[in-house]
Amino acid sequence: MEQKPAIFSARVGALFLLPALAFVALFLLFPFVWVIVLSFTNQTLTGATAANPEFVGLANYERLFDFDRWMRAGEFGSSLLITVQFVLGSALIGQAGLGLLIAWLFYRRRGWLRTVVTTLVVLAWIIPEVVVAFAWFAFLDRDAGTFNNILDAFGLGRPDWLFNYPLLSIMVFNTWRGTAFSMLLFQSALETIPPSYIETAEVAGASGWQKFRHILLPLLIGHIITDLILITLWTFNVFTPYLLTGGGPRNQTQLVSIYTYETAFQFFRFGQGAAIAVVIMFINLTLAMIYLAILRRQRAAT
Amino acid sequence: MAEVRLDNVTRQFGSVVAVNAINLTIADGEFVALLGPSGCGKTTTLRLIAGLEQADGGHMYIGDRDVTNLPPRDRDIAMVFQDYALYPHMTILDNIGYPLKVRGTPRAELTKRVTEVAERLQIGNLLQRRPGQLSGGQQQRASVARAVVYHAQVFLFDEPLSNLDAKLRVEARAFLKRLQHELDVTAVYVTHDQAEAMALADRIAVMNHGRIMQLGAPLEVYRRPQNLFVASFIGSPPMNLLPCRVDLGARRLVFAGGAALEMTGMMERLPASLRDGEMVTLGIRPEHITIRETAGASTLPVKVYVTEPLGGESLVITQMGDLLISIRLFQDEPPSLPDAVWLELNMTHTFLYGAEGELMR
Amino acid sequence: MNRMSPLARAGLFLLAILLGLFFVLPMLWLITAPLNPRTTLSVTLPSQPSLDNFRAVFDNGFAIRALLVNNLIIGGGAMVLVAVVATLASYSLSRTRVPGSKLLVYVLILFSSVVSGTAAMVPIFLLAYNLGLINEHIGVILVMTGGLLPSAIFIMRDFVDSIPRSYEEAALVCGASPRRTFWDVAMPLVRPGVLVVAIWAFVNAWGAFLVPLVLLRSPEKMPASIAFYSFYTEAGTPNLPLVSAYAFLYTIPVLLLYLIINWRFGFRFFGGIKR
Repeated sequence: MEQKPAIFSARVGALFLLPALAFVALFLLFPFVWVIVLSFTNQTLTGATAANPEFVGLANYERLFDFDRWMRAGEFGSSLLITVQFVLGSALIGQAGLGLLIAWLFYRRRGWLRTVVTTLVVLAWIIPEVVVAFAWFAFLDRDAGTFNNILDAFGLGRPDWLFNYPLLSIMVFNTWRGTAFSMLLFQSALETIPPSYIETAEVAGASGWQKFRHILLPLLIGHIITDLILITLWTFNVFTPYLLTGGGPRNQTQLVSIYTYETAFQFFRFGQGAAIAVVIMFINLTLAMIYLAILRRQRAAT
Repeated sequence: MAEVRLDNVTRQFGSVVAVNAINLTIADGEFVALLGPSGCGKTTTLRLIAGLEQADGGHMYIGDRDVTNLPPRDRDIAMVFQDYALYPHMTILDNIGYPLKVRGTPRAELTKRVTEVAERLQIGNLLQRRPGQLSGGQQQRASVARAVVYHAQVFLFDEPLSNLDAKLRVEARAFLKRLQHELDVTAVYVTHDQAEAMALADRIAVMNHGRIMQLGAPLEVYRRPQNLFVASFIGSPPMNLLPCRVDLGARRLVFAGGAALEMTGMMERLPASLRDGEMVTLGIRPEHITIRETAGASTLPVKVYVTEPLGGESLVITQMGDLLISIRLFQDEPPSLPDAVWLELNMTHTFLYGAEGELMR
Repeated sequence: MNRMSPLARAGLFLLAILLGLFFVLPMLWLITAPLNPRTTLSVTLPSQPSLDNFRAVFDNGFAIRALLVNNLIIGGGAMVLVAVVATLASYSLSRTRVPGSKLLVYVLILFSSVVSGTAAMVPIFLLAYNLGLINEHIGVILVMTGGLLPSAIFIMRDFVDSIPRSYEEAALVCGASPRRTFWDVAMPLVRPGVLVVAIWAFVNAWGAFLVPLVLLRSPEKMPASIAFYSFYTEAGTPNLPLVSAYAFLYTIPVLLLYLIINWRFGFRFFGGIKR
């Protein structure tokens, strides 16, 4: 009926916002602008170009998009391709798919199995990243790892996962690590669906699959889109796989986040690193704008 | 105690005018109910008086002070909220005593005054509890006690009974009316429940679209609704409103489908401006209609739609074309009726409303 | 509950068990290894459980300092800053009408997703460098706070929005000044939300790896994440006794705090909580 009334004056409100505003300006807006400026220079950390970086025009970008070599291992194009595969496999298929599956599996069910599985999924999400990375390092170890011990018991051999299937390994790892978000999102979305919707379908004689396909899925589709965009954004920027493979072997798991890290913080080529960061940030920006546009459309629809 | 006066008070939310140039004077010690459907501006009007909303135009006075630009705490008012707004982190004692605490009342006196008020409201044994441990009715009393404890000049009630179940609501209603008489304070009471407004108020302001549609004593508003909105809003079931055409030559009102009624009994009260052929709306309350099993000189032929026994009385709903006409019978069992009956209207209790919804006579 | 063939029920049960196994198997080592005096990479129940591995941790000054000093400084610092700044900001967003605050929210949503991860660390490193914040805990705390703040503000704003305004209005009407209303009424009511945000910020700063990796230099300032990482990378082959017990000690606070939140508030879902 009416707007939310103000409890306090705008002056007090502005005062309360000030600290947050300072943080946002210093750690979000300023870095965004500065990284664009940096990407046109040859800034380094030491040497002559540390104190007085020179303007180099588009050189950093030309280096990134040098199409003669950019698909070679360890180059930007190859890194982008790896990242796209990683996002598709671990976020869109892995996390969202598994999250939806688990949420649906336990929809309108209570009991120990739901509690146990949900808790395990959440645990995988909240344990510090270095710890889970090492847990997976042990799990996938060729000679002593639990996974190969199980495979061996079935006579399936002992593949060296991190060496021979590194990208697959970090995809499965990241699925395991991040499914909780999608699962929780879908669970809370399912809880908002009135039971009468499902009961009506049951009275009408719908099968389990039909209930999912005709009732739940259409009601969830908005949440699914939201989820897909958010996890795409996060997975695109995730750095955790570095702890498992360090980007190797032979750059096979060099995600753009790792590529940025190596360029800027191992070779200390900040101008070059900045150019990569700018490309990543604009990809992020596009995804975030799509997200906000969808969010606004959903809000307008309700 | 003080008079409350609203002078051309307006409140806008964006392009929506929630309160539209309202004039209202509430006498010292008077109990006025603001009644209307949701979105009619009644709550905003109350919040304007409280100072929780800022008026976009006009002036407000409490006593002889212009309070238009004063913050709530300087207006000397007390308010009871729909959700009671009892602080979950304080005991009932601290909740009721909070207005005294902010006024710097010493602890001993605070406890004494809170205990007095609580005893009076029959919640004296609950002072050490938290709000969550109280029933809805008890919470409601505690929130009234918090309003009573500091002797404000004006009491504002924002639908204070709407969260109670039906039985408690009748009890609490009677209790509030007693209290207001005993305290002899000025009170403004917002509700969407007409029974509540009728039962409690000295005068009712019926509101719609940010305006006061009618202001008057409860029975006055019931007996003489000044416009179609009030006619359709007050009364349960509401007044029957039957569109018809005036035939001055034959002195008849002609309804869709051809049925007609003699205008005898209302002729002397007709406005001079009434023109032949004008479309008007005839209003009549359900208790002023008699059911006949044969046609009379001036009756409406209808079909019986359903009958509803309501306990002490019963309701017959009849149908004439697209119109449903309800008849209230003061007998506990509905009569058995043939399908087709005729309605005789007591024309001295009818109203004519013009094309703009205004009462014509 | 609903009609379903026993076969379908068994199938779903099996599926749930398999999913549970997928999530639990990689964690098993973390539980069995710490008590195993002859730690390997495989999961074996220790025949003679011992606390030797923990002794290895407590004998390692670097490990202890990282866990008990540096991590507490960084986690505690970020916790306090995030809680205070986010509470003030979200209260303002919920309860006042500051011109331009809608724009701020938009910028917050947009740029918190855009300026994140390693890409953001490039300019942020140089910013910290120029402000003299490299190899300082306060640098890590400030950068962590900046990164956590947007989500914290959204969590808190949802929380404050869920509190009826009539609480504050009742106080204002019955004579309390805005300042009193804020301290007597608003703050006690938002306290549970502050607690959740504080714990959430602490857990995030506790587990952070990238920010301290980039901003810190000297070993005596490193938090547990870096210490842990060095125990399994630096020597070429992981120091398993140290790694296993350290993983346990490092993870326990996170689990305890999660339990507190779960027990006190029920694990409610907060949009965009992960970073």
